[in-house]
Amino acid sequence: MNVLEETYDVLVVGAGHAGCEAALAAARLGMETIMFTVSVDSIALMPCNPNIGGSSKGHLVREIDALGGEMGKNIDKTFIQSKMLNISKGPAVHSLRAQADKQDYTREMRRTLENTEHLTVRQGEIAEIIVENGVLTGAKTTSGAIYHVKTLVLATGTYLKARCIYGEVSNYTGPNGLQAANALTDSLKENGIELRRFKTGTPARVDKRSIDFSKMEEQFGDENIVPFSFSTNPEDIQKEQVSCWLTYTNEETHQIIRDNIHRSPLFSGMIEGTGPRYCPSIEDKVVKFADKNRHHVFVEPEGLYTNEMYLGGMSSSLPEDVQYAMYRTVPGLEHVKIVRNAYAIEYDCIDARQLKPTLEFKEISGLFSGGQFNGSSGYEEAAAQGLIAGINAALKAKGEECIVIDRSEGYIGVLIDDLVTKESHEPYRMMTSRAEYRLLLRQDNADLRLSAIGHKIGLVSEEAYARVLEKERLTAEEIKRLENVLIGASADMQAFLEAHESTPLKTGTNLAELIRRPELSYEMLAEFDPQRLQLPYYVIEQVNINIKYDGYIKRQLKQVEQFKKLEKKKLPEKFDYSAISGLRMEAQQKLNLYQPMNIGQASRISGVSPADISVLLIYLQQYNAANGKVQ
Amino acid sequence: MLYSMENDTIAAIATAVSPAGIGIIRVSGEKAIEIAEKIFQSVRPDFLVREAKSHTIHYGKIVWGEIVYDEVLLSVMRAPNTYTKEDIVEINCHGGPFVLKRILELVYECGARPAGPGEFTKRAFLNGRIDLSQAEAVMDVIHAENEYALQNGVGQLGGSISHIIKDLRKQLIYEIAFIESALDDPEHISLDGYSHGLQGKVDHLIEKISELLRGADNGRIMKEGVRTAIVGKPNVGKSSLLNAMLGEERAIVTSIAGTTRDTLEESIYFHGITLHLIDTAGIRETEDIVEKIGVDKAKESVKKADLILFVLDGSEPLSAEDYEILSLVKDYRTIILWNKSDKETYQPSAEFSKNETCIPVVEISAKHMEGMQQLETLMKDMFYSGEIQMNSQVYITNARHKTALEQAKKSLELVQQSIDDGMPEDFYSVDLMDAYESLGSIIGEALEDDLAEQIFEKFCMGK
Repeated sequence: MNVLEETYDVLVVGAGHAGCEAALAAARLGMETIMFTVSVDSIALMPCNPNIGGSSKGHLVREIDALGGEMGKNIDKTFIQSKMLNISKGPAVHSLRAQADKQDYTREMRRTLENTEHLTVRQGEIAEIIVENGVLTGAKTTSGAIYHVKTLVLATGTYLKARCIYGEVSNYTGPNGLQAANALTDSLKENGIELRRFKTGTPARVDKRSIDFSKMEEQFGDENIVPFSFSTNPEDIQKEQVSCWLTYTNEETHQIIRDNIHRSPLFSGMIEGTGPRYCPSIEDKVVKFADKNRHHVFVEPEGLYTNEMYLGGMSSSLPEDVQYAMYRTVPGLEHVKIVRNAYAIEYDCIDARQLKPTLEFKEISGLFSGGQFNGSSGYEEAAAQGLIAGINAALKAKGEECIVIDRSEGYIGVLIDDLVTKESHEPYRMMTSRAEYRLLLRQDNADLRLSAIGHKIGLVSEEAYARVLEKERLTAEEIKRLENVLIGASADMQAFLEAHESTPLKTGTNLAELIRRPELSYEMLAEFDPQRLQLPYYVIEQVNINIKYDGYIKRQLKQVEQFKKLEKKKLPEKFDYSAISGLRMEAQQKLNLYQPMNIGQASRISGVSPADISVLLIYLQQYNAANGKVQ
Repeated sequence: MLYSMENDTIAAIATAVSPAGIGIIRVSGEKAIEIAEKIFQSVRPDFLVREAKSHTIHYGKIVWGEIVYDEVLLSVMRAPNTYTKEDIVEINCHGGPFVLKRILELVYECGARPAGPGEFTKRAFLNGRIDLSQAEAVMDVIHAENEYALQNGVGQLGGSISHIIKDLRKQLIYEIAFIESALDDPEHISLDGYSHGLQGKVDHLIEKISELLRGADNGRIMKEGVRTAIVGKPNVGKSSLLNAMLGEERAIVTSIAGTTRDTLEESIYFHGITLHLIDTAGIRETEDIVEKIGVDKAKESVKKADLILFVLDGSEPLSAEDYEILSLVKDYRTIILWNKSDKETYQPSAEFSKNETCIPVVEISAKHMEGMQQLETLMKDMFYSGEIQMNSQVYITNARHKTALEQAKKSLELVQQSIDDGMPEDFYSVDLMDAYESLGSIIGEALEDDLAEQIFEKFCMGK
């Protein structure tokens, strides 16, 4: 039989947020890349919440941008409301979130993909991966076409053997009724990949005309819009914004849920997949937080093109009639009309501990994976992994060394390290608390942290990188200058300090010392600093943060130093840990199974205790001495 | 092929090298028995080491070729019920350091290699027999200089310190987790008013750690003995006092060149208290030299000492030097000794009485060994009774532990500072975490690359 046969460098399976970043990165790195999707109309689809960013996820988007990814640029083009969250907290937890026009977001991404050199977009379903002697060599579609490739990125999201469920209704489709990918699972299993089943869910979409907004709190966007992408000029994106709305569930809502909980497929056992703890359905919340008498409901527009509104915080898989009843107990939703039902979706994915930190499979050379397929949840988490998987698939295809972002360099590093190292029984969601060095990993300095890597591999343009270097230079110079601007205890100064409830000066000081005071800032002290040059807002931001939080930053840097020491202690490959009898049995088994790259990674495997690490360290030292290695 | 330590047999002299006593050579590893068989000849002609039962002792000779090295007792202990969980053979020799060294060389020749410092304990650790804090306590027991210290070391081996530290860490991790979950889920966990509550908790933790640190001084004294300085201007009788103290109840005296301090020290075991007399050489030297030196020496000594014995000549009027030395020592733990109570002209000045200076006073005659009993009682009062209840309390005796506690305290003070400055709650975590890790390093539950090494490097050979 004659079949279509083609050759590419990189093949990407899936065109969601992971697939798009992977394909764009590979193509931009000069690799002939082909991306497969079950529906070209659904590229970069947002099947759940209509926003990008949010607490810690906003950090991921900034980091994706700093490395040369697309998500930040795409949302800057398509947002309809933007807000910097947590501004009452420290700068490390400030996070940007933007409401997207969903269709616009999809269209813009599609336009970008279709106009990227070396990139082919193809509708079709990949049925098999072809692996020869532990090396990936190609893939086959359901139509029988064969693609010979050097590397392949799996970014199948929630489509593998997907099933959507609410009440007793269950459909074997992907999100939004799209075609599921049913063939690939078997091929993956045949090649030794272990799959598991996760679930996630989404709330109903309702008709705006049926909502009484007068009973809700209006949530506005920021007056001064800050872009996601470091390369977007803020002046270009100031625009009219739409509002979101906040309302609450109540005891009546909870009673309806409790009365019908037996009809929820989650509790009846119809859903076997494990759902995310931190993005729970409303029925989960009612059961888990039994003492709370209300939960937030965020009512958000799906776009400018439609009347559909998203009911954030109320995802559910209860039957249709119960959904109606419970939504209608919420103030403002008394007469609500549902456009699309809430549903849960179940899909095949992997335990990402089968992967290296480069997102390549440990046992199959050239096969990479990213996104929800790796057991994560969320658009931003998916895009971040897609980007790294795409970069590494391209680098591997070129015969170059793959990159790894470590935990001290970015949330992306934390995300991937957690996925490939830690045990997880539910879809993994990025959270601030997961980043132990978060005072350094701020959204404001993602470019300073990561652009050098993006530039080195060739994803960040000379122009963009020059801008980062300039930001760095201006910041350093300005801080140095401020440390040398001497301030005397003049009457003006004392009056100024008094007016701002700041302790008066006893002796002379410098401007940096004054900026350090919590109640003062760089901007406030302008009148005492006549030599000051006009600096861009992002430099002023760095100056303020670096002066004010200098002590904290230094202490965190010390922690990073300690962390790096353990990361540098490489463990031998394919090592038999059962030979070290000082390790507890569980540690021996886990270490044998997951074969960590270094002591640091070993220490993060659940079941490996600090005492085991001490044993490993001493053993490693003896081992290296015996093998003539110096570390 | 894996590198396996079981293939590797180590040996070292396990006892302190002294000219007189017996010495033990310890051999551990797969070849221990085989090596012993090559060099040991039992009095029983049919005896074979490899057939010896575990945990038995055998009488015989070390013989190589024609040469008989020594008469020995050979202990055979088989894996896994040994210190290292490997086969161990111990050769109890009688022949003094030279013979000991020659037998050790013979053991090396037969296939063992020299053990590094602490390597036996390291193996015990790697083979899962002891954990890190136990290893450290082993070292404390080895180094214990008196009975009290030994009891404390044994107590730590049983984990009494880790119990306290674990409790402090539990409180810390609760706060860290609370802040983090509130940052992640502000809808359900509120930080309103949290910093106020945290302040009280941090104060409490600091107080607990300070308590341990206050005990640390006593703990060190208990473990290492009291660093004692005898000061006073020349010719007041410092040498005689020294001799009187040494003469008392057949004191155990060792002269060691200080490893951390560069002066010579002598140690006296004094009614259960170990006294390290600082710069005894200096005391002897200064007796005949110009008076100024007495003051200079006092200046140096007060910095290093836990206890100062300030000697005054009660038979002479006080001089400017005496006043000068008093001003140097009055803020330290000091005992004033009015010497020469045997002389006719003896008339101690009321100015230096306890009422005037708040410093305890003892009248002595060093020459006639009078007043020594009162001095001892006073010293015991100062260092032990009331302050230290043996067995019932845990003391930090280890310098590494003390440093870690100090670091934890410092980090918690930074948290206090952050609260005072009105910093947002997400700033507390960095210092709370540092405190948590510092405490963890005490019980081997912190991730530090050099923690285990730090502990083992202090071991001596053969342990």
